[in-house]
Amino acid sequence: MSAIEVLALEKSYGELKAVDGISFSVTKGEVFSLLGPNGAGKTTTIEVLEGLRQRDAGQVKVLGDDPWTKGYDLHKKLGIIPQGFTFFPKSTPREAVIYYATLFGVKVDPDEILKKVILEDASKIWFENLSGGQKQKLGLALALVNKPDLLFLDEPTTGLDPQARRNMWEVIRGLEKEGHTIMLTTHYLEEAEVLSDRVAIMNHGKIIIDGTPKEISEKFGSGERLEVRGDEKLADHVRQKTGLEVSYDKGLVSVRLRDKSEAVSALSSIDQSGLPWSDLRTRQDSLEDIFVRLVGGTIEEEGTFSQASGAGPQDKGTRAKEER
Amino acid sequence: MASFNRVIADLKVFVRGYTRNKVGLFFSLVFPIILILLFGAIFAGGGGPVNVYVQNQDGGLASTMFLKYLNNNSTTTVTLVANGQDFSQFLLAHSANQGVFIPENFTNEYISHQSVNVTVYSNPADTSSPIVVETVGSIISQMNLQGAQVMYHVGVQQDNIKSQSYKYIDFLIPGLIGFSVLTSPMFSLVNISSEYKKTKLFKQLSLTPLTKTEWLTSKIIWYVVLGMISFVIMTQVGAALFGAHLDYALMIIPFLIIGPLFFVSLGMLVGTISKSVESAAVVGNLITFPMMFLSGTFFPVSQMPMYLQNVAHVLPLFYMIDGLNQAMIYNNFGQALFDVEVLAVLSVIVFVLAVVFFKWRED
Ligand SMILES: Nc1ncnc2c1ncn2[C@@H]1O[C@H](COP(=O)(O)OP(=O)(O)OP(=O)(O)O)[C@@H](O)[C@H]1O
Ligand SMILES: [Mg+2]
Repeated sequence: MSAIEVLALEKSYGELKAVDGISFSVTKGEVFSLLGPNGAGKTTTIEVLEGLRQRDAGQVKVLGDDPWTKGYDLHKKLGIIPQGFTFFPKSTPREAVIYYATLFGVKVDPDEILKKVILEDASKIWFENLSGGQKQKLGLALALVNKPDLLFLDEPTTGLDPQARRNMWEVIRGLEKEGHTIMLTTHYLEEAEVLSDRVAIMNHGKIIIDGTPKEISEKFGSGERLEVRGDEKLADHVRQKTGLEVSYDKGLVSVRLRDKSEAVSALSSIDQSGLPWSDLRTRQDSLEDIFVRLVGGTIEEEGTFSQASGAGPQDKGTRAKEER
Repeated sequence: MASFNRVIADLKVFVRGYTRNKVGLFFSLVFPIILILLFGAIFAGGGGPVNVYVQNQDGGLASTMFLKYLNNNSTTTVTLVANGQDFSQFLLAHSANQGVFIPENFTNEYISHQSVNVTVYSNPADTSSPIVVETVGSIISQMNLQGAQVMYHVGVQQDNIKSQSYKYIDFLIPGLIGFSVLTSPMFSLVNISSEYKKTKLFKQLSLTPLTKTEWLTSKIIWYVVLGMISFVIMTQVGAALFGAHLDYALMIIPFLIIGPLFFVSLGMLVGTISKSVESAAVVGNLITFPMMFLSGTFFPVSQMPMYLQNVAHVLPLFYMIDGLNQAMIYNNFGQALFDVEVLAVLSVIVFVLAVVFFKWRED
């Protein structure tokens, strides 16, 4: 049975079509990621599903109900972290959990919930003094208070450092194992790949691709890539000599191979360039490559492109931006 | 469907936040006391009767009688000025704000029923001057009646009913109670409601079973409690330090409940219909400041020019402060009841508007 059904959903802000006729469904027990750059329409979509925004057109069913008209009752069955979760600055996580429990009229052990999201050490710190990661975890803790059937997590790890992000993944994976249905949005390809059963890539209000990470790779991936460390001149050289699709990012020259024979010509052009190079390797085209190709590299947060390198400092930048 | 538990839970979180924020506490509890101390000290200084300089060029029977009246009452005392002096020069030299001049032929003219004037010098900027003008006026009219040999039907009781205790501080305390019942919920709610809208906290709360009315109710409860606490503190401080004479009538209670209800709702309404935190603050100030000064907070409305009095009568805070004055000073419960009714009607209207315009979620 479907937890979420969306058919031809549209939502505009004045002239701007933020969501432009998207359709998808999420089955129970599944983790579904909406992946896209800033302004793609992810939050708008998820807020329509949460009953916070009224749609202009299309059909939406969440746990069998229309979220806009049945919102008040539906919310008792949903757990939600809104984008940029905040709470009363002078409340502690423990008080926050008790507050939510009373609002929902449920009995919970606040310490148990805080432990589940790995926040027990900060249970008595005022919200305004929590770190970004701890704040997000409190958001998750509150989303869990009412033992929801369905979780909406809007960018649960944006602004967190790599360590805190992995920490959050850990928690979300734990919830997956318990069989929660989760819909999340993210800018991070790695996150979508690691966490979700299915991914929809969204841009300019439209879903461009939809499927399991593996399906997407097979369908839209080009297969293999040949990569060497080198400079931008090398990338230009290979592109000119072979006519192949070559990308360059932070000292990494990456050649897309449509055919095994192309590997030979790529390698020989690298060799003939006379430029320094090192660390030859080949790898499978990842979701990231597809994403960059499809979305056209219009993501503001460049750090999200490269998985291992550069994530740290980039993250700091993002965080500072969000804190104004 | 309102749930008592949810209101209490929300109240708890709000009160914790409130009391943990030292600045907020300062403004709601300490600031009014500072105002009492300040204004009390400024105006309570001349506590006793007002000193009036008198130059009596007459010395006859009528002027002696006049001076006796002017000296033997609770509001004024007389200091005689030697006849050789230029009286207005003297007043200037002594920085005196009030003086009375009795002309040479006063008694003769009075006895022969000719019209004659005493001159009252006064300073409109001085709060004591009206007292002197009024006292002189009433003595003169008494003398006129006697001079005309009219039989007394209505006498003036020299016992001074209660007016003896009408000191500035007596008006100041109810005024400042009104002031704090206005300012702390208004400033706070205008800010909270626009801020929560901006940070999306309202949106988050809308995802819980808490309703708008429950949320607003918990704020009202808190500001009623806070209002009562500051009521007790302020009346005690006023009585202890400045000897304010105030009656603790039951009639005060409806004001302490309806007042916060009104201003919490008004603050909410302003914050909720404003587009940004900044514009909310501007609109809030535009509403709050005139009300703060023109509603009888720092001085009785009756001392203001007529057109400003008319303005005061459309300000809700006027009814709050007038009601408190009527209940605590004059024991005029009929008027207080009228004031409370006006406030109650306004409160219901503003509360309903606030709930209607207050949006958890956008479309
Ligand atoms: N309340 C609003 N009024 C007007 N335009 C809006 C509003 N909310 C969003 N938009 C616009 O709609 C588009 C989609 O916004 P949305 O927040 O859904 O994007 P998103 O995919 O969540 O982006 P991000 O990754 O930055 O959170 C953006 O261009 C945004 O500027
Ligand atoms: Mg978003």
